Amino acid sequence: MSAAVPATGLFDCRDAYVRAVEELAAADPRIVAVVNDSVGSSKLGKFRDRFPERLVNVGIAEQNMVGVGAGLANGGKIPFVSGASCFLTARAMEQIKADCAYSFANVKLCGISSGVAYGELGATHHSIEDIAWLRAIDRLAVIVPSDPWETAAAIKAAAAHDGPVYVRISRMPVPELARARTRFAIGKGETLREGGDIAIVANGTLVHRALAAAGALAAEGVAARVVNMASIAPLDTELLAEAAKTGAIVTAEEGLARGGLGGAVAEWCAEHAPVRMRLLGFPGFLPTGSAAWLMDRFGLSADGIATAARELLGLRAG
Amino acid sequence: MKDGSDPSTNVSEAPENLRAGHVRERANWMRRRLLRMIVDAGQGHPGGDLSATDILATLYFDILRIDPATPQAPDRDRFVMSKGHCTGALYSALAGAGFFPEAELDTYLQPESRLNGHPNRTYLPGVETNTGPLGHGLPVAVGIAVAAQIDGADHHVFALTGDGELQEGSMWEAAMFAGHRGLGNLTVIVDRNRLQQGAGTENTNALEPLADKWRAFGWRVEGVDGHDHAALLAAFDAARTPRETPLCLIADTHKGQGVSFMRDQAGWHHGVPNAEQYAQAIRELEEEMDR
Repeated sequence: MSAAVPATGLFDCRDAYVRAVEELAAADPRIVAVVNDSVGSSKLGKFRDRFPERLVNVGIAEQNMVGVGAGLANGGKIPFVSGASCFLTARAMEQIKADCAYSFANVKLCGISSGVAYGELGATHHSIEDIAWLRAIDRLAVIVPSDPWETAAAIKAAAAHDGPVYVRISRMPVPELARARTRFAIGKGETLREGGDIAIVANGTLVHRALAAAGALAAEGVAARVVNMASIAPLDTELLAEAAKTGAIVTAEEGLARGGLGGAVAEWCAEHAPVRMRLLGFPGFLPTGSAAWLMDRFGLSADGIATAARELLGLRAG
Repeated sequence: MKDGSDPSTNVSEAPENLRAGHVRERANWMRRRLLRMIVDAGQGHPGGDLSATDILATLYFDILRIDPATPQAPDRDRFVMSKGHCTGALYSALAGAGFFPEAELDTYLQPESRLNGHPNRTYLPGVETNTGPLGHGLPVAVGIAVAAQIDGADHHVFALTGDGELQEGSMWEAAMFAGHRGLGNLTVIVDRNRLQQGAGTENTNALEPLADKWRAFGWRVEGVDGHDHAALLAAFDAARTPRETPLCLIADTHKGQGVSFMRDQAGWHHGVPNAEQYAQAIRELEEEMDR
C-alpha cells in the first residue's frame, strides 16, 4: 500500500458513478436506471440521452421506485435505482427489506447526495441514519466508497454481484486518493496506511480526513494505521482484527456513529477483540449549517480525528 | 400445465364448458385442501383464501403460460400475489400446478417448512416476489411489465390485490405509473369481497367509486363475477387482447365463498374451523361438486 497523498483537485463522486453506469450500460443491455424525478440530481441526463428506453422515471414515488426496481430485476434487468439517499432509504425502507433483500432481488440501490451533503436544508434532507437502518437488513450489501475511483469500482462490483446492494454516493467534494488501485471487492476493506499505535477506521468522505489526521499524528511520533472500511456489510473482520492489535480504534463516518460504521466496528470488537474506542459521527438531528460547517462542528475533520486519537491514547495535543 | 389432469386433454383448446368444468373441479379441490392445511396448522386466513380461490384456480389451471419444469423461464407469464397473506389458496394452486409435491402442503406453517405464512421466492419455485406486507405486489408487477415493455416481450403479467389493500398509498403510486406507461401487458385483479380484517371496506376507509378511481389513473376497468369460472376465463382470455392501457378486473367476490358459515363473515379473516365446522365445510364442498 502506498502512502496516500491527495491528488490535486476535488471531485464529486456522482460523476464517477454515472460514468460507471454508462460504461456498464453500453456493454450490457440488462442495465437500466430507475429514478424518482432525480435525473438531474443523480446526473443521469447523459444516460437518458444515450439509453432513453432504459431510463425509467417513476416520478416522485420512492416506494413504487424500489418495487419497480425489484420487478425489473424479476424481468431480467439489472436496475440501478437512484435517488437522494434520504428519501430512497427512509421512504422505501419496507420495499428495500421485503422486495429487494428478503426476496433476494438483483437490485442496486444508489443513495445519492448522502450524509449531510444537503447541509442547510436540514435533517429531513440529511441521510445520516441510512447506514444504521440498512445494516440491520439481512442479505443487503452496504458500500460507502471514499473517492471517484472507489465509487466507480463499487458500482461495477455491484453490477457483477448477484443480489441486492446499497451504494452510498457522496456529492461532497473529495480528493482522489493516491493508492494502489488493485481491485475492489464487496466485503473487503483496505489498509491505506500502516501504523501500530492506534487505528483509524473510516469510510466515505472521512477517509481522506483520516489520512490527514494520521499525517499530523505521525509528526508527533504517533503511528496511526488508517483502514478504509468501504464495505460495512459484509464487514471485513480480518482487517478489523489487524486494526484491533493496535489496542485503540477511532471510527469516523459522515453519519450516525450509533448503528453506523462505528456501531458495526464496536459490535465486532466487543465480542472478538475488545479495545479502547472512540466513535466519531453525528449525534442526531443537526443544527442549520453548511455541509462543511457541520463536518467541522462535530469533529469530522482531520483535526477532530487527530484530537480524538490523542485523547484515546491519553496524549496532550501536539 | 401439470395439474394432475389427463395429459391427453389439451384444456386450453377444449370447449368452453370443458375448460370451466376443469377449473371448477380444481377450485373445489383447492378449497378442501386449504381448509385441511389451516386445520392442521391451527392458523390461517380462510376468508381471503376462499375469496381468491376461483381466481387463482382459473389462472393456474388454465390461463397462465407457465411450466413448473422451468419456473425461471424468461418468457413465462407472471402472477404476483399482492395479497400475500392468502397462502392457503396460493400454495394449493402452486402444488396443484406441479411446482412442488402436493404432499408438501402438509408442512404448511410447520418449523423449517418452505410453506411460510407468506410466500417466499427463495423457498419455493413459482413465487415471483415475497409479499405479505400489503401494498408491495403491484409495484413489483408494474416493474415486471416495464421490463417486458422495454424488451417487446409478449408474456403477460397478472397481479391479484385485496380490496382493503387498496388503502395503501404505494398501490396508487404503482397504478399511476402503470397508466402513464400504458402497460397493456398488465392485468390487475381486485378481489372485491368488501371486507377487510376488521370490518367492511366502506365502513373503514371507503374505496368506492372504485372503478372511477382506476379509470382516472389511466386504466381500462371491467367487472367480473369472481366465482364464475366461465366468466373469469372469458375475462382473462380477453385480457390478452393487445391494448395500450393496463386492465383492472374488479372481481365481485365473497370472503369465505364455498362454506356457508364463513361466507361474508369478517370474523373468518383469521380463524380455524373446529372439527364439527371442518366436517360441515368438507360436506358442503363435496355436495357442491356433486351438483
